Parts: sequence; C-alpha cells; structure tokens
Amino acid sequence: MSVTRMFGASVKRREDPRLITGDGMFTDDFKLPGMLQMGVLRSPYAHARITRLDTAKAKALAGVHAVFTGKDLEGKVAPMPCAWLVPDADLKVPSYTAMATDTVRFVGDAVAIVVADDSYIADDALDLIEVEYDELPVVTNQEEALKPGAPQLYSDAPNNQAFHWKFRNGDADGALQRAEVRLKQRFIQQRLVPNAMEPRSSVADWNAGAGELTLYNTTQNPHIVRFLISVTQNIPEHKIRVIARDVGGGFGSKIPYYPGDALAIFASRMLKRPVRWTEDRRENFVATIHGRDQIIDVELGATRDGKMTGLKVTNLANMGAYLSLAAPGVPTWLFALIVPGCYTIQDYACDVYGVLTNTTPTDAYRGAGRPEAAFLIERMVDLLAGELHMDPVDVRRKNFIPASAFPYTNGGTLSYDSGDYDKSLDLALKMVDYEGFRQRQAEARQQGKGKHLGIGLSTYVEVCGLAPSKAAGAMGFQGGLWEPATVRVLATGKVIVLTGTNPHGQGEETTFAQLVSEELGVPVEDIDVVHGDTSAISMGWGTYGSRTTAVGGTAVLKATLKVVEKAKRLAAHLLEANVEDITHDHGRYYVAGSPTKVKTIQDIALMANLAWDMPEGMAPGLEENHFHDPTNFTFPFGAHICIVEVDEETGETKILRYIAVDDVGRVINPMIVDGQVQGGVAQGIGQALYEHAIYDERGNLTTGSMLDYTVPNATQIPFIETARTETPCPHNLTGVKGVGETGTIASSQAVVNAVCDALAPLGIKNIDMPLTPEKVWRTIQAARAGGTTGS
Amino acid sequence: MIPDNFSYLAPASLPEVWDALHEHPDDAKILAGGQSLIPLMKFRLANPAYLIDLRHVPDMDTLAERDGALVLGAMVREAALERSPLIQQRYPGIHDASAVVADPLVRNWATVGGNLAHADPANDHPAMMLALGARVVAQSPRGRRELSIDDFLVDTMETALQPDEVLVEIHVPQPAARSGSAYLKLERKVGDYAIAAVGVQLAFDGEVISHAGIGLTNVGPKAIRAQQAEAFLVGKQPSDETVREAARLAAQAADPTADLRGPVEYKRAIVRTLTARALRLAAQRATALA
Repeated sequence: MSVTRMFGASVKRREDPRLITGDGMFTDDFKLPGMLQMGVLRSPYAHARITRLDTAKAKALAGVHAVFTGKDLEGKVAPMPCAWLVPDADLKVPSYTAMATDTVRFVGDAVAIVVADDSYIADDALDLIEVEYDELPVVTNQEEALKPGAPQLYSDAPNNQAFHWKFRNGDADGALQRAEVRLKQRFIQQRLVPNAMEPRSSVADWNAGAGELTLYNTTQNPHIVRFLISVTQNIPEHKIRVIARDVGGGFGSKIPYYPGDALAIFASRMLKRPVRWTEDRRENFVATIHGRDQIIDVELGATRDGKMTGLKVTNLANMGAYLSLAAPGVPTWLFALIVPGCYTIQDYACDVYGVLTNTTPTDAYRGAGRPEAAFLIERMVDLLAGELHMDPVDVRRKNFIPASAFPYTNGGTLSYDSGDYDKSLDLALKMVDYEGFRQRQAEARQQGKGKHLGIGLSTYVEVCGLAPSKAAGAMGFQGGLWEPATVRVLATGKVIVLTGTNPHGQGEETTFAQLVSEELGVPVEDIDVVHGDTSAISMGWGTYGSRTTAVGGTAVLKATLKVVEKAKRLAAHLLEANVEDITHDHGRYYVAGSPTKVKTIQDIALMANLAWDMPEGMAPGLEENHFHDPTNFTFPFGAHICIVEVDEETGETKILRYIAVDDVGRVINPMIVDGQVQGGVAQGIGQALYEHAIYDERGNLTTGSMLDYTVPNATQIPFIETARTETPCPHNLTGVKGVGETGTIASSQAVVNAVCDALAPLGIKNIDMPLTPEKVWRTIQAARAGGTTGS
Repeated sequence: MIPDNFSYLAPASLPEVWDALHEHPDDAKILAGGQSLIPLMKFRLANPAYLIDLRHVPDMDTLAERDGALVLGAMVREAALERSPLIQQRYPGIHDASAVVADPLVRNWATVGGNLAHADPANDHPAMMLALGARVVAQSPRGRRELSIDDFLVDTMETALQPDEVLVEIHVPQPAARSGSAYLKLERKVGDYAIAAVGVQLAFDGEVISHAGIGLTNVGPKAIRAQQAEAFLVGKQPSDETVREAARLAAQAADPTADLRGPVEYKRAIVRTLTARALRLAAQRATALA
C-alpha cells in the first residue's frame, strides 16, 4: 500500500463536490410527505403593546391549516432558554417566549404563525392577520438604556441591566496611579449581522403514534437542541432525533435554539403533520442573532519606556431584547480573560454590564468576545507607541510574554499552553519587509500626493478549544464541553467515524478522515465521518469556539488508537505471535523483523467482524469509543500585518497587502487551514471597513437587507498572504490548537492600525469601525480644520 | 420575499404589447430585465397585477452604429454592453457605466432600457446618457417619437413616457473626432448604488474644449446635468485650475440628501472629486483617440 503521511497533507475537501454541484442536503431540502409550510408574522415595532390580534381572515384563506398566537403556547411551550448563567453577576434572565403575548420588544419579535399548504399561501395569509399596537418608548443604545429615565423593557430588570460581571487580578487601580503614562480610549465594537449564506430552517416531524419527534435543523450543535427541546416542550430526550446534515455556514448564529424552531415543532405536534419553516433573508436580518455591539472604555498604564503595567476595562454590552442562548458568556468570560493578550500585564480589572435594549438579541459571532479583546489591546499598544513616539513593533516586543515563560498564567488567570510570539512576528515582518516599507512610507509622506500609506500590526493570542468541562461549569455554562468519538471498522475494511461535533464548513469530514487514515492505514476514501444526527451519535456539544478538531479530533484520534491496539492483539493471534512482537505501519501488521508475513487492517477487520477465530477472551467487532475532556483551553497566536493606502479626497481605504502569520499548533491539512484563515480575515476586514447594523431612533434596522448592510464582496478582499509557525499544543494528543476563528480575531485591528498609521501625520489617533470612506473623509476634514482628531 | 399574485404576459410583438397595456391601463408593468422591478415585487413594495415581458418582442436588442448615432435597443443587456468592442472603443463612458451596474449576475439580465425607464436617480446610465446627449425613442400605436434624455427624465422614477408608449431605442450621437468620455462611481461595496457617480464627455477643437457634457448620479431627485460646469469648460484648455473650477460648479449643481451613504457635504465633495477625475480621464482618452 502506498500511503504517504496523511497528517499534514493538503487533501482536497471531500465535502466540496456535493456542495458545489448542488447535491448537498440542507434542512430546506428535506421534503416530507404531507409537509406544511410555516410563516412567521413579526413585529414592525421595536417596543409596543399588542392591543388587538385578529387572525380570522388569515384562517379563512384557502390552504391555511392553522394560525397560532402566543396564547396558544401557554402550558405547551416553555420560554426560550438562556444557558450561560454567568455567576456572581446579579444576572436577570427575562422571559423570552417564542411568540410575544402582550408586549413586543424588538422589530422581528414573533407575534403569530401561519401554517399552510405552501409558502405562497403562508405569505399571503400573514398579510391578512390584523394586529393593532400601542407604541411604547424605545431604547436601542446600551449606554442610553442604563441611564435613569430610560424606557424600561422589563419591570424585573431595573435600568435594563441584565448583569454586572466583574473580574479582578492584582491591583489595577494602584498600577494606574503609579503609571508614568496613562492612556484612555473608548472603542466601539459595532453591531454585526452574521449573514450565513444558508438562512435558518426547521423541518419538524411529529410522529404522534410513537410519541417521537424528528427535527431537521440548521444547527451547529444538534445534541444541545435535542436537550433543549426535551426540557421546553416536554418530549422525552430519547424520543427526539435532531438531524443537521449540511449546514450552510453559521459563524455562531446557528448555536442558539430559536423561536422559529420551537414554533415549527409546536405546529407539527398540534397538526400531526410535518411542518417546515425557512426564514427569508429579511427575517434572517432581524430574527437571527446579531454579533458584537459593545462600547468599551479602556485605561492603560505604562512606563515612559513602553512597558505596560496596568489595565482597566469597562464593557457595555448590548444584549438586545432578550438573553439569547449563550449570550451572557460572550462579553464576559470569552472577552475579559484574554484581554491582556500576548503581554505581561498582570494588574487588570474588567467590568462588564449586559444591557437589554429594543434590538435583535446578540450572541456569539465568529470569535465571540475574543475579537473585541484582541482589538482593544492591539489598538492600545499602537496608541501607546504613538504617545511615546516608539515603533509599534518595539512596544510589542518589550511587552511580549517570553517564549521561555510558558506555560504562563496571564493577567486574566488563563494558563497559556505554549507560544513564541517573537517567532511569528519575525516572520511577518520579514514577509512584509517592514524597514523597507517604513522607508517608502517616509518618502511618500515627503511627496504628499493625497494618498496616505500606512501599516498596521496585530500580534494576537486567542483562547479556543472550548473547553475543560470543569471550566465550563465554573463559568456558569450549563453544559459540559467534552466530546465523544466512535471509530467503527466494518467487515470490508471500511470505516465509520462518529463525532459529536457538527462541522459546517470547517472541513472535518476531511481532516478527521486524515487523522484516522494516518493511524489505521486505511485510505481516506474508505472512511466516512458522520456528524449531525443525534440518533447515530451518542452525544456531542457541537462546533463553535474553534473546538472541533482540538477537542472532537482528539477524541477521534484516541478512539482510533484504541482500535489499533485491538487490531494489534488480533494480529498477534492470527500470526501466532506475541503481541509485544507485533509492529505495524500503513495498516500492515507483522512480527518485527519479518515483514513478509503480514495481516492487513482489512484482514483483521474481516476476522474481527466474523469472529470465527478470536483470541481467548477477546470480544468480537472492531469498534472503539473515546470520551475526551480537555485539560485546558488552547491558545493560537500569530502576527497579522496590513498595508493600506487611504485616498484623502474620497476617504477610501485600499488594502495593498495583507499578511497572516498564524500559529495554530500542528496542522492536519494546510489547505483547509489557509481557507479558514482567509475566510476569517475576510470577515475581520468586513468589520473593519464595511459592516454595520444600524438602528434608527424608533428601533428599525435601517441596514436590514443585503443592499444596505455592506458585506464585502470577493473583489474587496485582497490577496491574503498566509504563512505559519508551528508550536504544538502540549496538552492534547493531536497537537492542534484550532483555526476556525483566528482570522477574525486577528484582523480588524491590523486594518484599523494601518489606517490610523496612515493618517497619523494629520494628528488622527482613532476612527471607529467600520472605517467607511465617509467616516474617514470626515475625520480627515476635521483634522485638517484643526478640530477633533477622531473619537 | 414572495410577490403578491400576478399574471405574466409575454407578447411577441409591439402591437401585442400595446394591446396588453390598453387592456390593463392601471395595473400592468412592463418587464425588461426585471432587476429593479422583481425585488420591489418580492418586498411587496410593487404589486402589479400584470407583467408584460418584452423578451419576445423582435428587434429590441440592436447594438450598432447607424446614421451618425449609436443605436441601442431597449433590451440590450448590460453584459452585452460590457463585452461589446464597439462600446469599449468608441463609447468608453457607457462601458464604464455598464461595468459598475450592480454585479455580474445582475448585469446578465439587466437592460439599458430598463435602467433608463425605471428612472431611479441611483441608476448609472441616466447620468452618462445626459453627458453624451442621448435621445430616447418611444413608440405607441399613435406613432414613434424621439425626445432628448433631458426631457425623458422627469423626476424620481418618473419619465415622459405616456401610458401607451414603450421605450424602444436609445440613440447616442457618434463621438466627434477628438473626444472622450468617462464614468466614475464611488460605492460602499461592489454592487451597491453610488454614493455619487459622474459621467463626463469632452470634445476638443485643437487643445480647447469644444463641447462638454456632465451628468451626476444619485445626488438629486433625478440624474442631474451640471450645466454651469459644462458651459464653463467650453473654450478652455483642461488645465488643473479649469478642472478644479468645473468640479466645484458640478458639486454646486448636486442636490443630494443625507442617507446611509453619507451626509450632504460628503456627497458634494465626492461629486467634486469624481468630476475632476472623470474630466482628466476623458481628456486623456480624447488624446489617446486622436
């Protein structure tokens, strides 16, 4: 057998052919006999009392089977759960019913559903539902919402405060008082719309006779959905099957269990028919979670020679109208602990206020908390460099945690597993020719042609591979974060791998097969990676937090090694040798030193499955499970560098070069890792330059379509030059750290730092994202007029 | 995002189109490429009971020079304009404009006639056609009439077309020996409507500008002709100073409103910048052609 090493090979993604030829099976592709279509009527008001709701005309329309409102759910469907109950934070979880009963709290809040023969009739029927609203005062901004006299969303959440979470390490106040230099800055993490290409969808199939529910669902974590259905709709967990075959992107937005899912299940149970609901893009904009939306105030203390000594952060996080499934964990745990970044700052304090407003609920969006943290610290480093007239490279090097210090407990009390921050920075600087660029920049500035050149760095570290279950419990996450895996070798030598993660673009159907192939010596095409079906897979916590390979992959590897161990014992029996003498390579088992007499893994699998000739006491079959609970998070890091040219007359930013040097531990498939980095960077550039979900004063999302919400196109994303250093994760067997989110976490601040560097000669220090041409132009105008220099 | 119910008609000749219009005087809309109308219907912002598709009407996709003019059939697709060597070489301003209409998928369907007849001030062709001094041909059972693009564009989404008239052709005067055109657009992202855009045509007599056309996109209730700027340029060489002043006058002619694409002063500044850049580009192209 001519198997080369699979670990480290750029195997083409096995999921791509079906996806690019239209043969994928997305939720909306499941068409069941007798299936009905559900439509959701949504509130056009951000805050209002429902004074009249008349569904008679809609019910009378031919082809309509039922119309339900919030009252119909009472006693049948419990409110939508929030599952990240951050401790010691005075947390208040408002009741989030799948349909509003008397008060709507954001534009998009569900008010009624129609179930009809098809979606055409359903849409017509929605138009026939008569609702009268009594408008209430609206608040959309979290800072405003906290002020006395602001409109109140709930009587039991005074000042709209859902929680106040605190973190303290060392003595931040003392460090700031003693600091030779103190810098204050406010950063706006604007609200973003995740915009997965596939909108959300549910096909609910209630089998009344068996008392069983099958739900086809666009989810990143089918087992969590199964659990949540069981506790909110009173269906025993073992009578629920959740299937999520192909999922067309998520970026975190398909972690939560949503009202639309609950309503499709409810409707199917009431009507005893399969019910499908698929949101349209307009609904996706208002009724799927949003990301970020934080106002972050920072104070940094440092010595005159650029050593950072103390840090205080206050984060006002806009949670939206309700607390979405994982939302409280995002601006707290996932943000605060990693804020000190690659640096040795120990005296650090952070306060996070979760605020309820009349907006779409926010939750995890690619990076979830960590992009905000990396942005904050990397921008502060640049501001400090500017203040001290130092090179931003020098400030970074001066504050880096040295490679010799790992494992290192950072100012956020995280135990960084491994790192070498100088190494990735060195490589990035070399790739970009940093000195050469600074020279060209100086020359260009002398010529002064209305185009400003700038360079921006981001030396980031992030925390992923979520997570030791013990840590999850301590953080108030109402679940574990371990992963199971099963590796099953069939009689014909084909292999089924079961994983509780649910990859939806990250490529693990390929990389997990590579892991197994590497150890078993079975070709990749003989290995099927099964995910996204709760009846096939015992349990799983899903795909998010860059955990799939680091946690789920480790489980797969360990189960595979157990299979190898059994294969070895069976080979010894078949070769009439001692197991200690058996060696194996590329799926061939033989007595060390006599490679002519061989049992292949296929021979062994056949015998294991026939079980005609097993050693004494060995059970039949060739299948092993492993349950892996990580002992720590993982900490990928790297250095991104962006070069921009800013057009003074139009305010346009053009990215001339983008360099991404990432250290994500060991790499199973370089091509897939490059793809993850490129996609992540594209999203980070989107936040830096283009995307912004904007509400007007009445709580209407004015950027509620692809026309007005500017997701960048391929033509706006530069060629991304990727490179890697490799510092293995020391605490899992794969050595993998994770790469799903690094690109997004690393990139926005590289772009903003570059623009601010370009405009530094004008005295401009900060511009809030997104750096639209208009905003950049306005900032330049103000600077030229001698006015303010950015916010 | 499902339109209200409607009937679809696909007549095979102009007289059949007129019949359909006559039968449904209040609730029919003509469908060309559908790239503006269909989205409006999907949002249920437009609910016509009848769509009259022009795709089977013959001779609507002419793209040729004839009798001193470029003749564009109303159903010429943007993609056809973008790919036409004739347009690329002789009418670079039209080529610039068609290449920045929305995105390639839209351009495969969208038509130049639809772009003009929809009369959205954000559409790209109206301003370029103003700069080029185009004429529009309308046909009805009462006969055929030609009107200037200035007269054709009445107001926001309003043209001079009568209810029984169909826009059939656009005539663009052939470029003079030493002339050049250009269309420059600033957009928030590829495929978006313009923050502002400027179409320019310059003709030269020796070193001196003999004719200037300037049209502005999305900075007023309809595409705007920058008349003062045009008049200022005639008889002058395109020096830096002249270009700057013309750009200032063009910005003055703009009448933008603040929206997600920016405040008024920004849009004016962009008109000024794009006018100057488009004038330089058009002058360069005129030199290159000469």
